[in-house]
Amino acid sequence: MNLKIALFGIAKEIVGQPELALNFPEGQPVHQLLEQLRTDYPALRQLSSLAVAVNNEYAEDTQLLQERDEIALIPPVSGG
Amino acid sequence: MIHIDLTDQPIDVAAALRSVEADGAGAINTFIGTVRNQSTGRPVVRLEYEAYDSMALHQLRKVTEQAAERWPMVQKITVVHRKGTLYIGDVAVVVAVSTPHRAESFAACQYIIDTLKQVVTIWKKEFYQDGDVWVAAHP
Repeated sequence: MNLKIALFGIAKEIVGQPELALNFPEGQPVHQLLEQLRTDYPALRQLSSLAVAVNNEYAEDTQLLQERDEIALIPPVSGG
Repeated sequence: MIHIDLTDQPIDVAAALRSVEADGAGAINTFIGTVRNQSTGRPVVRLEYEAYDSMALHQLRKVTEQAAERWPMVQKITVVHRKGTLYIGDVAVVVAVSTPHRAESFAACQYIIDTLKQVVTIWKKEFYQDGDVWVAAHP
């Protein structure tokens, strides 16, 4: 399936674009996506934390991803 | 009762305070986050805030609803966060809470700003004379 992943902050800088289109096996969990992204972009490994958001909620590592999901990569937040 | 906003315009602090006025309130507590001129001793020139808008608004709503649940006497809550380029002294965030008595307004206001900093999808980059850093990105 084709996933679109929205990127923000330092993750957007590391990847070099605001959105990433990725071919990803159907029904795989969040941690699999993180592993693939960390392999493709090793600088992501240096971050203090890296979460995945699915439909505006923080996703668990074991959550399964669907093609229609709104997916975003969330580097350490620093609002306020 | 809960008002949330994310804006690229200067925050109207007085309007935010007025928005939590309530006849049942004996206390209004406010947190105003402003841009400081240095970060761990390094002079800061400006900040740039970026947000994942839809998630930031959703998470802000959840945080304020949690506060209203935890302190059921809360009358009104307003949170306004700024985006874009900010300079020294600019207001980055306002949290205002009204309650019948002061203890709950202090507690709820602190809970909201502390939790906002942990979960709300907003990022800031500090710009110095000779470089820039995404705050909290690296250990």
